[in-house]
Amino acid sequence: MQKIVLLGDEAIAQGAVDAGLSAVYAYPGTPSTEITEYILRSKEAKNGGIVASWTTNEKTSMEMAIGTSYAGKRALVTMKHVGLNVAADAFMNAAITGVNGGIVIVSADDPSMHSSQNEQDSRYYGKFAQIPILEPVNQQDAYDMMSYAFEMSERLNVPVLIRITTRLAHSRAGIVLGEKTPQNELKLPKNSRQFVLLPGIARVQYKSLLANQPLFEKESEEKGYNMLLDGKDKSLGVITTGIAYNYLMENFPEGIDFPVLKIAQYPMPLKMLREFYDSVDEILVCEDGYPLVEEQLKGYLDLGKTVHGRLDGALPRDGELNPNIVAKALGHEIVEQYETPGVVTQRPPALCAGCPHTDSYTALNVVMEYYGEGRVFSDIGCYTLAALEPLESINSCVDMGASITMAKGAAEAGLVPSVAVIGDSTFTHSGLTGLLDCVNAKAPVTVLILDNGTTGMTGGQTSQATGKIEDICIGLGVDKDHVRVINPIKKNHEENIKVMQEEMEYNGVSVVIPRRECIITLGARIRASKKK
Amino acid sequence: MQKDIVLGGVGGQGILTIAATIGTAAVNKGLYLKQSEVHGMSQRGGDVMSNLRLSSEEIFSDLIPQGKADIVIGVEPMEALRHVKMLAKDGWLITNSIPFKNIPNYPEIDGVIEELKRFPKHVILNADQIAKDLGSLKAANMVILGAAIPFIGLELSDFEGALKMIFGKKGDDIVNLNINALKAGMKEAEKFL
Ligand SMILES: Cc1ncc(C[n+]2csc(CCOP(=O)(O)OP(=O)(O)O)c2C)c(N)n1
Ligand code: SF4
Repeated sequence: MQKIVLLGDEAIAQGAVDAGLSAVYAYPGTPSTEITEYILRSKEAKNGGIVASWTTNEKTSMEMAIGTSYAGKRALVTMKHVGLNVAADAFMNAAITGVNGGIVIVSADDPSMHSSQNEQDSRYYGKFAQIPILEPVNQQDAYDMMSYAFEMSERLNVPVLIRITTRLAHSRAGIVLGEKTPQNELKLPKNSRQFVLLPGIARVQYKSLLANQPLFEKESEEKGYNMLLDGKDKSLGVITTGIAYNYLMENFPEGIDFPVLKIAQYPMPLKMLREFYDSVDEILVCEDGYPLVEEQLKGYLDLGKTVHGRLDGALPRDGELNPNIVAKALGHEIVEQYETPGVVTQRPPALCAGCPHTDSYTALNVVMEYYGEGRVFSDIGCYTLAALEPLESINSCVDMGASITMAKGAAEAGLVPSVAVIGDSTFTHSGLTGLLDCVNAKAPVTVLILDNGTTGMTGGQTSQATGKIEDICIGLGVDKDHVRVINPIKKNHEENIKVMQEEMEYNGVSVVIPRRECIITLGARIRASKKK
Repeated sequence: MQKDIVLGGVGGQGILTIAATIGTAAVNKGLYLKQSEVHGMSQRGGDVMSNLRLSSEEIFSDLIPQGKADIVIGVEPMEALRHVKMLAKDGWLITNSIPFKNIPNYPEIDGVIEELKRFPKHVILNADQIAKDLGSLKAANMVILGAAIPFIGLELSDFEGALKMIFGKKGDDIVNLNINALKAGMKEAEKFL
């Protein structure tokens, strides 16, 4: 059988293309970015007329997908886990509208926070919305589940959430491709009020979502992604969710004697769980995420059988799993032959040599020396690396857009001047509304919008802000005399300091836009044009 | 057949090209493959690693268990040492000797090389120099891969085939440069056998 080697992310993308996808909308975010990147690159997708685009944020992505669904076609939305917070309003309500064309949402979690500010577990969102969740165990599953997810979404009138974690997203394996489904024809919803969530309508639709719960459970029971694997040693039973199954099996190269309940689809298959529970003495739950299944199994009072996992310390309470951590929980001995020698020094990520942000911050550091430390609210992107040595320029990074609004809150609490530093892509993602708040309140904040012309941190995707930042700021009501563009290069150091200082002296909202292209995208552009 | 390989380097040094070459060679041979990579934040000059698992049997975990790696390959000497925890007792440690210094407190290089030499099975080579002598510093990664070939369990021809698939579009000169780099690395490794 012919196999192609794909990242977990790419397997999802190809799976969606083969499942009759009509549109993918996404805002980039590690470890989800490669899904939409793959579809953007795919000739097959282009020839098939599949719409693939980066959007301003996850909420707009999610809503566009609901629109695609309304028109009868299949839509995919991809995001990193925290993106689902941003999309949550649309996501939760899509569970109530149901679908016309199928909707699949992929949320990529990042346990151990390799590239994230938290390690929230997206399965809670699926449970919260009371929709089916799929959690592929391996890359082949990830591919296969896409056609199933779209088919189930349409058959059961519900969006489907696919939850993956970093290791699956960013690991390659050989994939066997399946059959291709054609795209849906354009067709309006049969019920013209399906997408009108007025209370009277929403109440009816919510009841129908609740009434469908047993059908969702039946799918979990019967589809075959969840499996009850019997074993002769009943002293322990192991429940695995998603890729934790692989870490378990890695520890039993000759096969496992304990019964295993392998979970890859939710809601939990309660019949299977009951049978498993009754057959074993104790239980170990392995989840690459929060202890969601474990907590439910224990219940508040923990009155049943002994359940081991993240809650009783058998597994660490946080961080991603790996074969060794699971081995320890099983009481297996870990072979560690060599220790890491003491000379090995930490090598944290840093801004690239020649990065425009470095010049912006060197100037800002001089200005802030005058006003005193602790006043620079920043945001998420490459420029967040300035929190570390040697620059140590910024004092916060909380969530996309929070720089501007935190600066406003601090300024209004008396910390004047307060400064916000935000990237161009982050600005259009979530900064605009906060800037309008500042304008309306005439807050004494200075906002630096670092315009490197790209979404740098996630690998240089197009930025929706490009070419529009001054107009946006002026349109939102910032005085045009206080929207200043500077060029962050060494030669302009003194001049840039002066501009920043002038704007900080202004008692109102001011915006300074240091504009110079990211070195990496610039290099790629030059290489591409040389080729031509 | 089963080989577990850990690749260590610094974001931007191109360890993914080495991983892709080994991966392609393995899949062309009909082996199972799992190749876990680091994308995202650490790619900005931080330490990055890739876990490569090749096997004639189905592979479960994307991550290699500690103490089970048959080979640790370093594109950079300190990054090779960073992953020795993963190395099996009789595993091979293969690394470039030329440091990549993007941190102010990079340790004394002599001390790093000393540590590397303590491992019973090691290959330490100046891949940068060998690549320069062949005409391009860019081929250094393929020199390092070449030095690992005697231990991977695939033939040179398998890797040549993979390079043709990966670099074919860039023309014969690039393919040949990389193949020569592989051969030069292999030759260097033989001195350590
Ligand atoms: C809600 C949310 N979505 C996506 C991300 C992932 N993410 C972090 S930074 C970033 C891009 C920032 O781009 P920009 O603001 O232009 O700054 P640059 O990295 O280019 O300096 C993205 C997409 C995130 N952390 N949170
Ligand atoms: S990728 Fe671009 S924006 Fe990010 S650190 Fe490098 S040069 Fe700066």
